[in-house]
Amino acid sequence: MAETISINPVTRIEGHTRIDIFLDDSGAVTDARFLATSFRGFEAFCLGRSFWEMPGITARICGICPTSHALASALAGDRLLGLTVPPTAVKLRRVLALAQVIQSHALSFFFLSLPDFLPGLRDDPARRTLTELARSHPDLVTNAVQLRRFAHDITSRVGGGVVHPQWIIPGGMAEPLSEKVRQEFLSQIPGLIAIATATIAQFRQMSDGLRLAGRLGSLPTLYLGLTSAEKTLEYYEGELTVMDRKGTLLMAGAVPERFPELVAEELSSWNYLKGPYYAPLGAVDGSYRVGPLARLNLVARAGTRLADAELATFREQVGAGHPVHDVFFAHHARLIEIMAALERLQELLDDPTIIDRRVRSRAEVNQSKGIGVCEAPRGTLCHEYHVDENGLLERVNLVIATVQNSPAMNRAVREIARREIRGARLTEEVAQLLQIAIRAYDPCISCATHAAGSNGLVIRLVAPDGTVVQAFPT
Amino acid sequence: MPALTLTIDGRLVSSRAGETLLQVIRGNGIDLPTLCYLEGLSPRGGCRLCMVEVAGREKPQAACVTPAEEGMVVTTGSERLQRYRRQIVELLLAERNHTCSVCVVNGQCELQSLAARFGIDHVRYAYLSPRLPLDASHQRFGMDPGRCVLCARCVRTCDEVEGAHTLDLRGRGVRSCISIDLNEPWGRSETCTTCGKCVQSCPTGALFEKWTARGEKVRAPELIPRILAWRETHER
Repeated sequence: MAETISINPVTRIEGHTRIDIFLDDSGAVTDARFLATSFRGFEAFCLGRSFWEMPGITARICGICPTSHALASALAGDRLLGLTVPPTAVKLRRVLALAQVIQSHALSFFFLSLPDFLPGLRDDPARRTLTELARSHPDLVTNAVQLRRFAHDITSRVGGGVVHPQWIIPGGMAEPLSEKVRQEFLSQIPGLIAIATATIAQFRQMSDGLRLAGRLGSLPTLYLGLTSAEKTLEYYEGELTVMDRKGTLLMAGAVPERFPELVAEELSSWNYLKGPYYAPLGAVDGSYRVGPLARLNLVARAGTRLADAELATFREQVGAGHPVHDVFFAHHARLIEIMAALERLQELLDDPTIIDRRVRSRAEVNQSKGIGVCEAPRGTLCHEYHVDENGLLERVNLVIATVQNSPAMNRAVREIARREIRGARLTEEVAQLLQIAIRAYDPCISCATHAAGSNGLVIRLVAPDGTVVQAFPT
Repeated sequence: MPALTLTIDGRLVSSRAGETLLQVIRGNGIDLPTLCYLEGLSPRGGCRLCMVEVAGREKPQAACVTPAEEGMVVTTGSERLQRYRRQIVELLLAERNHTCSVCVVNGQCELQSLAARFGIDHVRYAYLSPRLPLDASHQRFGMDPGRCVLCARCVRTCDEVEGAHTLDLRGRGVRSCISIDLNEPWGRSETCTTCGKCVQSCPTGALFEKWTARGEKVRAPELIPRILAWRETHER
């Protein structure tokens, strides 16, 4: 008899989601889908509001990456005003973007994914929790807290508030940075770089033992993201770069505003996530990924000393090649990005002009369309606003990193389900593997659906007639 | 001027004839909450937050429009009055779209501080969530009726202080709105002098200077009585 299995909820991801696995009469997997099950409607209820409010409103799309939304929104606002943001404000926004990367990656790696890796795969699910991790490896959890506290302090004291920074505004920043705060942050960085170095060493040891490489779905895709003009990591402004499956650049040096014309979106009847693809190649061949793995594939160098050394190691890894398609290595990529972010923060804060008092330009609405693009921790984020002559929003389009990765997540889930599900039953091991694969993408469903509901991640096995034969958790 | 003697919260106090109960109560150091009252403007008795109990009168009285009388016995903070005040603020919050976190006056708002003072951490009434369009047509100022509490301080300031009477109220009850001239977009008003006093008198973020971000609205409602005092000195 044909059957359905559900995993519900899958926890330790941001937001609420479900995996449906469809079986045929013989019990073989025919399809699998990663679904966002909630609806939020930011693009609708922002209509008629002023773009001045948008950094504040859109920051509330997400509690993990509010800074990224505020930055993309303020960038779009800068374009509507048609002004040049003071150089110091650009530096402060870069500082905030880097703090966002550290905060989010540390959450994803230490709190969401490490409980799968330690004490070990296939361990009792009840032991795969953060509280258990804090008991068995207090040092690791302390490190995570230190990294996150540093990043949150930056958001609070440079950005004007945690969770939601309020000084990121169209035209620049509402407040400059003080020398005292600059020195306080500078003094903390060496200790945090030591933490990042130790964590990377621990992860390398751990990852060999896990033997997850090659098991999480590794279908090649294109990669898209921002890089600096020197092809180093860049999270704020920069240039749009697209790479094909073999590592050849399809596009480089494009201004970020071109994002909406390069990315088309396919709507689906079964999901609140749209399915974006690289428009010049069409929906089938244009499947691409964004995020830490994409960024490290796109850059020539990380751009800082320690991160570059680790990037070289990363690229030499057995079976990884270039570009690296295996999503398991996204964990390693996140740690390299934490390192790079700390080193870049050191550079930015060492620059004495960062405390310049001029951080805000003023203008009236001069353009009817504004596009703001930045790299959120999970990948490229685009806010596109169209306003009337008074600056009130007539159209809002938000393209979120998790949405862009969702076609790849679907393929990964399908690949794992087909390979691992035997006899139309979902074993604890397979359910864990599916969840590990999803977590490697670090999806943020609340962002992606711009959530009402409270079910975490659900996995369901579905029969041809639509009945659910198994759900996980039960 | 003859002096009056009355009892407020069990204490004997004196006042001059012609003073309102609000003046006497505040003059004696009692922080009676108000929202629609602004020193210098004619009192309106609209918000009802300054309600007090007067012995011998069944209904609570709005102190801002009740003249002090000889021998009055007044209670300012009974359990009933506190309950009513809390209900009033909750109803105000439920009527419109007061999203403090993204508001220009966050942290300086009179409605927000009243809610904090009364310990309002949730609203028991269903939110009406009306769809009220922003007016951003004026060169310098914006109006968000979603944040308006209908105190009419702006209306009285525009009329009594600036003398333009650009602003007025239209509609009935909870659906009332501030109206510019004969319900024109603000940018097309022929009477507005762009003086900005309405923005200063507004207790919330309903009237604001454009190009201000969250929490950036600078409020100076004390400007209104100061202008009136300067004018009086000048005329003398």
